[in-house]
Amino acid sequence: MPQISQFAESWYAASQIFWVLLTFGFVFFVIGRGMLPKIEATVDARDRKVADDLAAAKAAHAAADKLEETYRQQSDASRAAAQKAVTDAKDKAAKDAEKRLAKVDAELDDKLSAAEADINAARTSAMAEIESVAAEAAGDLVAKLSGVKVAAADAKAAVKAVLHG
Amino acid sequence: MADQGKVDPMHQFEVQKMFDMFHVGNHEVAFTTSAMWMVVAGLLLWVFMIGGMKRQLVPGRWQVAVEGFTGFISGMMNANIGPEGRKYTPYVFSLFMFILMLNVIGLAPLGLFGVHPFTVTSHFTITGFLAILSFSIVLIVGFWRHGLHFFSLFVPRGTPWWLLWLIPVIELVSFLVRPFSLALRLFVAMTAGHVLMKVFASFIIDGIAAGPAVGLGVGIPSMALMVGISGLELLVAGIQAYVFALLTSLYLNDAINLH
Repeated sequence: MPQISQFAESWYAASQIFWVLLTFGFVFFVIGRGMLPKIEATVDARDRKVADDLAAAKAAHAAADKLEETYRQQSDASRAAAQKAVTDAKDKAAKDAEKRLAKVDAELDDKLSAAEADINAARTSAMAEIESVAAEAAGDLVAKLSGVKVAAADAKAAVKAVLHG
Repeated sequence: MADQGKVDPMHQFEVQKMFDMFHVGNHEVAFTTSAMWMVVAGLLLWVFMIGGMKRQLVPGRWQVAVEGFTGFISGMMNANIGPEGRKYTPYVFSLFMFILMLNVIGLAPLGLFGVHPFTVTSHFTITGFLAILSFSIVLIVGFWRHGLHFFSLFVPRGTPWWLLWLIPVIELVSFLVRPFSLALRLFVAMTAGHVLMKVFASFIIDGIAAGPAVGLGVGIPSMALMVGISGLELLVAGIQAYVFALLTSLYLNDAINLH
């Protein structure tokens, strides 16, 4: 086994140790200490960037959700406001119409009662006229038939008794 | 090769001197085939990592591959140690990638291009160095963070008082065995795999040398097995690098969080 038999030779171990020290030293200081941290930093930076981007995307998603929510709330509120305005307007219109109707009603009532009063007045005056005419006619009739002159007042009372029972 | 027509399955593990460099005391430091493949592994790793340094927000294929490796190790550190493990990710990542690269280069069919491939991690000097390095870091981190309280590692929570004379001894032994098991596991797995492949390859060569009938009878099943074993060895190359890194992270977890 040369690994053991060569060990006895004076140059073997010294050369092996010298060169492994040199080459492994190069690998450790240049590659391990020099290059590896930079590569790890690149990987870390990438991982961080991916994580940050994911977080940003999540935040944007949440913001969009919130925006949609506020939009929905706003649209709900405005729809409710519009509905309220419509019902208010309807109510107001109905109330106005009622008021106007009531006013017109009252006017009509007034007119009706005035007309009734006129009619009553006309009727009483007509009645009074009829009474006097009837009394006159009755006096004339009595005078013609019996020749008795009846006083106008008596005729009037008799006619009144007959007319009003 | 020992004899003509014989394949020595151990020959592949021989380190060859390419040129001498300098002396440290009595010891000569040379540039060897092993050193060359370590340099190649380091450079390949560097080129691979440069492809992941574009730092784009939306990564390309290469960057995804590099980030896959870094993410694998930092995920493992995070799972085994927690957020405090991040500090040690560069070390464990370097360890994992270096071992993985050496294992895979050792398996690469470079012989086809006339290059002599060599598995650096099949030498316990290398795996031992890395294991002792990991173990030293565990010790330093442990005593640095917890001081002498680090010894409470040898008394697991819930130990009954009448076993206090035994459990710490067992725990201490298992703790001290760690660098050896760490080093030997990788060294043995790599060596055994490559020996196995070489043995099956020698079956094919010896079979052909013994004539066409034996050559076909032995060669075809051996070849089929070698295809399967090569795939298995690729898996082992990855798993052993992973096990080394995983155990290092678990030992570091002991040092950082105690039990």
